[in-house]
Amino acid sequence: MVLLARIMITTFSMMAFIPMLILPTEAVEAAEAPLNYFLYSDGPAAKPTMYLGWVLTGLSLAICLIITLLLLAALIRKRPKMDQRAIGNEGKGIHWIYIGTGISTLILFGLVIYSFMVVNKVAKPSQPTMLAFTVTGYGWWWKIEYEHDDPAQRFVTANELHIPVGQPVRIKLKSADVIHAFWVPKLAGKTQMVPGLINQQWLQADRPGIYSGQCVQFCGVGHAHMGLEVVAERAEDFEKWLVAQQQMAASSAISNEKPGYELFMERCAGCHTIRGTDAQGKHAPDLTHLNSRHRIAAGLLMNTPDQLMEWIMHAQKLKPGSRMPSFALSEQEASVLASFLSTLD
Amino acid sequence: MDTFDHYALPVGSAGKLSAGWWGVWALIVTEGALFGYLLFVYFYLATQTDEQWPPEGLPSLIVPTINTVILLVSSAFVWASERCIRLRQINRSIGIMMLAIILGICFVMVQLTEWSNKAYALTSNLYGSLYFTITGFHLCHVIVGIVVLMLLLIWLSLGYFDDKRHAAVTIGGVYWHFVDAVWLFVFTTLYLSPYL
Amino acid sequence: MAISNRTHRRGNEHFERVPELGRAPIGSEEEARLANIWKSEPGWRGWLSTVDHKTIGLRYLVTAFIFLLIGGIEALMIRAQLALPNQTLLAPEQYNQLFTMHGITMIFLYALPILSGFSNYLWPLLLGSRDMAFPRLNALSYWIFLFAGIFMYMSFPLGLAPNAGWFNYVPVSGPIYNTGPNIDVFALGMVLLGISTTVGSVNFVVTLFRMRAPGMTINKVPILVWGTLAASVANLMTIPAVSLAFFLLWMDRQFGTQFFDVANGGKPLLWQHLFWIFGHPWVYAIVLPAMGIVSDALPTFCRRPLVGYTAVALATMATMLIGFLVWMHHMFATGLPTVSLSLFGAASMAISIPSAVAVFAWIATIWTGRPVFQTPFLFFAGFVILFVIGGLSGVMVAAISLNWQLNETYFVVAHLHYVLLGINVFPVIGGIYYWFPKFTGRMMNEKLGKWNFWVMFIGFNLGFFPMHIAGLLGMPRRIYTYSSRMGWDSVNLITSIGSFILAIGILLFIINVIISLKRGKKASSNPWDAATLEWSMSSPPPAYNFAVIPAVASRHPLWEDRLEEEGARRSNLAEGYILMKGHETLSTSPIDARPLVIFKMPGDSYTPFFVGLLVSLLFLGLLLHWWIFTGLMATASCIALIIWMWPQKTLAQRTVSGTAHPLQGDS
Repeated sequence: MVLLARIMITTFSMMAFIPMLILPTEAVEAAEAPLNYFLYSDGPAAKPTMYLGWVLTGLSLAICLIITLLLLAALIRKRPKMDQRAIGNEGKGIHWIYIGTGISTLILFGLVIYSFMVVNKVAKPSQPTMLAFTVTGYGWWWKIEYEHDDPAQRFVTANELHIPVGQPVRIKLKSADVIHAFWVPKLAGKTQMVPGLINQQWLQADRPGIYSGQCVQFCGVGHAHMGLEVVAERAEDFEKWLVAQQQMAASSAISNEKPGYELFMERCAGCHTIRGTDAQGKHAPDLTHLNSRHRIAAGLLMNTPDQLMEWIMHAQKLKPGSRMPSFALSEQEASVLASFLSTLD
Repeated sequence: MDTFDHYALPVGSAGKLSAGWWGVWALIVTEGALFGYLLFVYFYLATQTDEQWPPEGLPSLIVPTINTVILLVSSAFVWASERCIRLRQINRSIGIMMLAIILGICFVMVQLTEWSNKAYALTSNLYGSLYFTITGFHLCHVIVGIVVLMLLLIWLSLGYFDDKRHAAVTIGGVYWHFVDAVWLFVFTTLYLSPYL
Repeated sequence: MAISNRTHRRGNEHFERVPELGRAPIGSEEEARLANIWKSEPGWRGWLSTVDHKTIGLRYLVTAFIFLLIGGIEALMIRAQLALPNQTLLAPEQYNQLFTMHGITMIFLYALPILSGFSNYLWPLLLGSRDMAFPRLNALSYWIFLFAGIFMYMSFPLGLAPNAGWFNYVPVSGPIYNTGPNIDVFALGMVLLGISTTVGSVNFVVTLFRMRAPGMTINKVPILVWGTLAASVANLMTIPAVSLAFFLLWMDRQFGTQFFDVANGGKPLLWQHLFWIFGHPWVYAIVLPAMGIVSDALPTFCRRPLVGYTAVALATMATMLIGFLVWMHHMFATGLPTVSLSLFGAASMAISIPSAVAVFAWIATIWTGRPVFQTPFLFFAGFVILFVIGGLSGVMVAAISLNWQLNETYFVVAHLHYVLLGINVFPVIGGIYYWFPKFTGRMMNEKLGKWNFWVMFIGFNLGFFPMHIAGLLGMPRRIYTYSSRMGWDSVNLITSIGSFILAIGILLFIINVIISLKRGKKASSNPWDAATLEWSMSSPPPAYNFAVIPAVASRHPLWEDRLEEEGARRSNLAEGYILMKGHETLSTSPIDARPLVIFKMPGDSYTPFFVGLLVSLLFLGLLLHWWIFTGLMATASCIALIIWMWPQKTLAQRTVSGTAHPLQGDS
């Protein structure tokens, strides 16, 4: 009996106690947990799935509990005294299978229908999309291109995508090298970015805010450090962002910060682009409006002057395997480069 | 009990009762699946390409059709050879088996000529990779089959088999028929389907 | 029917005879003669040449268990790295190699081989035969498995192990992004291992349909046999897909073919299709036999037969069949049209119906039985809960739009570990406790066994349940580190602690095995009072298994005297066919198990070892581009195979009146 009590306690703690134990402590952090789609999804591409998740989780926990109770009851229920060597009848108990499987089948049938309904809801936006971006996965960052019929309005940026609140936005997904997966969990499920293929998905945020994303298909050494951010903002802020991004780099800065500019051209321009200058490298993020972004190195660091210089000088330590080398800069070089980069608004 | 009925049972490798006969069928299931997947790869890639398919234009059918006939006739000979053993005509069986092997070798020679006449190679384009890999897989099977037939021929000549004991011939024959049947699928896929 | 014809023909004794009926109790002259016929040579000769399914089965078990330990150590290193955020115990490349090798080891080198071990050891004993249908093929299957395992670990010490995950998606595993030998080792190793699995599967299928004791009709075989049959059929149908995929990838990498080469029209998604057409049935292949272990052994401790035998057997086969139609649920996020996804989503949910059949059969068996709380039973009862959790998280993952969130996160990692550890490792450890007396003649320590179970059960749940939550918090799999700001710190710490507790549980198991091997209580032939044929012989079993081929009349030959069945026929285990003119056993008809042939079984032989070795060296040659060596090995393998296949008089494969001299000695 002691043993059976122990079975009971342990099993319960497994089934109910542990999630209960973790969830509350986690819930405090969850507001902080930037990828917590399970509790904090937003927008019509993600919310129906979140509710499906709640229904399925609740149902699963309930079924788990019921089965566990059945099993425990089966283990500890009192039995009439019988001869030790007696063997039970083979025919007994078959109705368990009929009833249990019957109920399971009904539940599953319901779930199939419910999940189809959710898929139909989230697969396509209910209104036509006016805005489109192309996101291309690179090892290990994201190139973002604004799509527009007028080529003059198009622009390229990286790792930070702005969208207007309340509008569906179409995202075309490409890959420049291996398979990545585009995943901004609070706004939508993931879609693979397959080289040679253009996949599509859509996003819509109903509340302003920063929604984190993450590459979620193993893509090599830098896989852990391939994040992006989607900034949802009011329509007028979004328009401002579009206009700002379409600009070339300010020419005054280029002439005023000459030593830093030259150093950049010598060391950085092979990979990075600054529109309006000779820096036209295509292997790395476009830096024309570097300082408009919250984060650098595909989500790894905050975009502060200190962190930026830390990144430039120790990229290989911070993000091993990255295409960005660690630059050995003298103090003076570092300061002129920093002051030049600070002009890239 | 009926399981204890006292009747005589055959001993050892008795034709279709032998374990080997069952084994070779299991092997054929898995090998058939292999060719199924090879052809799946072909159709998957062929339907997804934007290029002209096949890139060098429609394949010529004359040589491969003749070759198909050669292989099928060879299969018929293997069947006839086994039948002769059952009729206790061992010498005739040996002769027919030789013919089957010669036809098999003819198939290999013709196939190799066909290969050398192709304008593309294994690595020149996607079609080339597919063509040479699929026919290569099949050719390997034909060569294994010929080795098996040669072994059967040797064993026949050594007098190992008679009308009562020739499971090896039955088993080897089934394998050869499989290799030939698979060719029909390969032939249809690589040579006939582009005409559709 | 052919049988009636044969009664009229009385020919040469060599090719046809009336099998002798009789008894051969221990100590009798007949028994001594049988023991002499079936014994292996002592020393290294017997060690290399044995084809005894029991020896091969134990080798499979031990080798696969060693791989479990290696994979487990890799897991612990991974968990140490992930215990806290921003750790640098492992560099990303080391981490990638470790998680890849962990997956390869557990899924390919542990999970199926350990079940092959059980099945190899148990099948002939369960079916009432003296060996498998192809004893030499059985030995070959083991040797190639061993060599393939070593092959895939060859580059590990050099720091060049496979590093693209066990499902090895292109192009990250292709020639452009992965230039070392890492992936070539994996690719060739998988083709080599595929040979082992294929010949093993052929052997199981043919054994089931040919080697059952007379009277053991198809509806009387144990569920373990159904499970292994399902796994073997699935393997025969799908191993070619993965072998082909790896072969084509190797060609792409070494010769510049263009199957997966995006620049030239190759398609990365082709890899995913080929891999998962294999991959999903494989997942069922590595759980169905384990479920069979529970279905067969659990009733012993409930003192009653399994509830719903027919339903469970059919459910096993149904799972395998539906299993062929669910591969695309691994590809929901690849941008395929939602219509085709819906079909596969529905199939993926439907596959849990047969699982429900099994779960309710087990619970009903416990409910209506009288459970005996011995160690194996604890593992089987605990397994039922883990099975349910793994099954339910599987249903969640099958819901397409939820899959778009859950896939490639730790939720899937949690799910697959509940499925693979819960449904494979727990029944396996329970199964070892259960059959250990049969394997070794000694009982395992009961007290240590209970500790073993509880530590493993608590450690497992503590380790893997929080992974569900990590996944719901958005933690992607295969990241070597994470930042504190993601909110994943505490779940990961708990997971790491749990994984080390689980490891202690496994350690207790090993200690128990070692102690019990030396000092365990001597086991009787049927220490658990179980119902099936393997418990009818001494522990460990004699080399010949059955002194007389038993005649089986029910699914529970050892419980027949106590089952209340009106007018049921009794099995006869003491008297039956004594086949002892060389290595002989009885072959019966596929469905109704009527005697058909007296099989001549091959004796011990070195050829399986040499064929295995030569074929493995051939693959080594391919890996190292030693083309001449490869050619030599291919020729040598052919010669070895020809020697193997050479018709022998002892096996009645050729006529007695043959004019030529046999290559090998006649007995």
